Amino acid sequence: MSGKALSGAEIIINSLVDLGVEVIFGYPGGAVLPLYDALYDQDKIRHILVRHEQAAVHAAEGYARSTGKPGVVLVTSGPGATNAVTGLTDAMMDSIPVICLTGQVPSHLIGSDAFQEADTVGITRHCTKHNYLVRDVDMLSQIVHEAFYVATNGRPGPVVIDIPKDIQIFTSATSHSGMVKHKSYRPEAKGDTAAIREAVRLLSAAKKPIFYTGGGVINSGPAAAQLLREIVQLTGAPITSTLMGLGAYPASDKQFLGMLGMHGTYEANHAMHDCDVMICVGARFDDRVTGRLDAFSPNSKKIHIDIDRSSINKTVRVDVPIVGDVAHVLEDMLKIWKATILENGQQSYEDWWADIAVWRSRNCLKYSRSDDVIMPQYALERLQELTKDKDVYFTTEVGQHQMWAAQFLKFEDPNRWMTSGGLGTMGYGFPAAIGAQIAHPDALVIDVAGEASIQMNIQELGTAAQYDLPVKLFILNNEYMGMVRQWQELNHDGRYSHSYSDSLPDFVALAKAYGAHGIRVDKPADLDGAIKEMIAVKGLVIVDCRVEKLANCFPMVPSGAAHNEMILPDEEDRQEFEGGAALV
Amino acid sequence: MYHTHKEVELVARHTLSIIVDNEAGVLARVIGLFSGRGYNIEHLTVAPVDLEGHESRITVVTVGTPHAIEQIKAQLDRLVPVHRVGDLTESGPYVERELALVKVHCNNDQQRAALRIAEAFRAKTVDSSFDSYIFEVTGKTDKIKAFIKLMEDAGLVESVRTGVAALTRGSKAL
Repeated sequence: MSGKALSGAEIIINSLVDLGVEVIFGYPGGAVLPLYDALYDQDKIRHILVRHEQAAVHAAEGYARSTGKPGVVLVTSGPGATNAVTGLTDAMMDSIPVICLTGQVPSHLIGSDAFQEADTVGITRHCTKHNYLVRDVDMLSQIVHEAFYVATNGRPGPVVIDIPKDIQIFTSATSHSGMVKHKSYRPEAKGDTAAIREAVRLLSAAKKPIFYTGGGVINSGPAAAQLLREIVQLTGAPITSTLMGLGAYPASDKQFLGMLGMHGTYEANHAMHDCDVMICVGARFDDRVTGRLDAFSPNSKKIHIDIDRSSINKTVRVDVPIVGDVAHVLEDMLKIWKATILENGQQSYEDWWADIAVWRSRNCLKYSRSDDVIMPQYALERLQELTKDKDVYFTTEVGQHQMWAAQFLKFEDPNRWMTSGGLGTMGYGFPAAIGAQIAHPDALVIDVAGEASIQMNIQELGTAAQYDLPVKLFILNNEYMGMVRQWQELNHDGRYSHSYSDSLPDFVALAKAYGAHGIRVDKPADLDGAIKEMIAVKGLVIVDCRVEKLANCFPMVPSGAAHNEMILPDEEDRQEFEGGAALV
Repeated sequence: MYHTHKEVELVARHTLSIIVDNEAGVLARVIGLFSGRGYNIEHLTVAPVDLEGHESRITVVTVGTPHAIEQIKAQLDRLVPVHRVGDLTESGPYVERELALVKVHCNNDQQRAALRIAEAFRAKTVDSSFDSYIFEVTGKTDKIKAFIKLMEDAGLVESVRTGVAALTRGSKAL
């Protein structure tokens, strides 16, 4: 299409508006000044000024995951782009659609080691789904539109568009509207019907089936979560979820066994180990899920639904691969399932549920209560109880608190839970909460944090303060990098090398320094009051929740162990597992 | 404290054909995937193959376990600018050729031997001076290697190889 000649910067803004972008998370700099100038006198796109580019990407991720829409980032060249790399890698690992616009030095200076020059497309090639260096302003509109198509279709992921400063100034009359498809990239959404039939045949003949679901269900959209509920309830089979998939199936439902994996529940891991048919829906057999590979669910037939063919047979051999989008595949599967049941009748899994009842009775999340010191698990139980009726979104940082949050918070709906799963990025939670809060201004957005992780993007207090974002930072402060300390205790004879959080700031005073509200709580009796106060205060709150310092997160599948060899809370003085710890 | 384990599995040589958009950075994407995920590249050839120059064909010869080969193909296939990935080793009979230029610097005795070997290998003489030749030889990798090996005694100075180009036999395209 041709129209009035516009500058590259104007073309970008128009394209973003055309694509429905309402918010950009960014940070200005020399190589994006023309773009910032174009942002200056328009009111269609809101720009959120972060305090560090990594946080811009995490905020975009939080925005994307809480809305289902792609998040957009704008940073400058050189350090702006390199600071964004961790966020991009995080989005890549967790399949989050993010479009990151980076400024670049003018075209004629590329390759000359110019001021704030970095080879952004080279650096981000491995941590993006795709990236572009714009060499011709006439291509700009098409590239921006295509980038959105690539980021959101197939397995979602981050896309970088590197835009030299001169391209932002040059003019062009070429513009596009609506989604522009990539000329050859066409991920297949619909699964192979024969494979789906075979999956239904296996499932209908199973005695001990289990659904193992992941972030792919959430990425597939609300329809996928709805279809999942329908098919799981229709089959009557148990279901477990990965860290990334929590909320796709309601935690309160009796068929839900809780999270699986390294810190998953006893019942989920045992059911996965003993099942005869496993149906993996939008998950990827991550090493945190499988434990020792040669002992992973040894006697089951495995069905794997994934939109990314490279996820199939990557670590675990499956019997029935189905490449396709979860919602599309489940829709077909549901139809075939209903027809099969009409013909053959429904199986009941009484013996299987009896096995599960025994595992459940092990009460694997038990912890010792205390009247003197707040147990971190207790803090999360109370947080769950006092927020369960609210319109609430949770984010986390990475470590023990993250695993406890996954165990003790109960998610009933998708898109309510944002955590760094694949990359394990400390510092993710606070900016992600900012992104979620921007998308849902009236919701309660809580970052469950640790005192170590929160310091990795603590500068974002400035962002939250500037935009009056009522984000709640709920810091479980045990004065240790808790998960590091736990591994040092279990694998390195308690040699706590550099895992103590020394010289912590006074978090209450820090809150005050940013004009926010700070609460310190260290007695179990005061906990409910502190949480209620946190919720009641209209604005940014930091809760410094002092918890038991040496609590360990259990159950735990030690590295190198099979996924049904868990350390339970009451077995801390366990024996060594055969072969010792593995390297992962 | 930690135990490590090594997988021992049989490896096989596979010739892959990859049709890609002929755009900046596409080769880096493909070979970056190999290095980033720890796969081998034994041969690599790349050039535009359609008249307009929109598409390039990359031929990669790689060595890996059946599992690794499956992964390589799936990982290549999900790169955005990759149109198609074909495994010639798996898809049936195919023709595989490479070209080498081989420079020899020889005395009188060597000269005769060099020309005789070149003739036997159907190599062409593409440059000659008073005491040197450059031979152009095409064929399968084994033939090229054998030729270069023989030329060692005939005053081999240096050689260059294009890497493998390959097509399936018969009328069908990839």
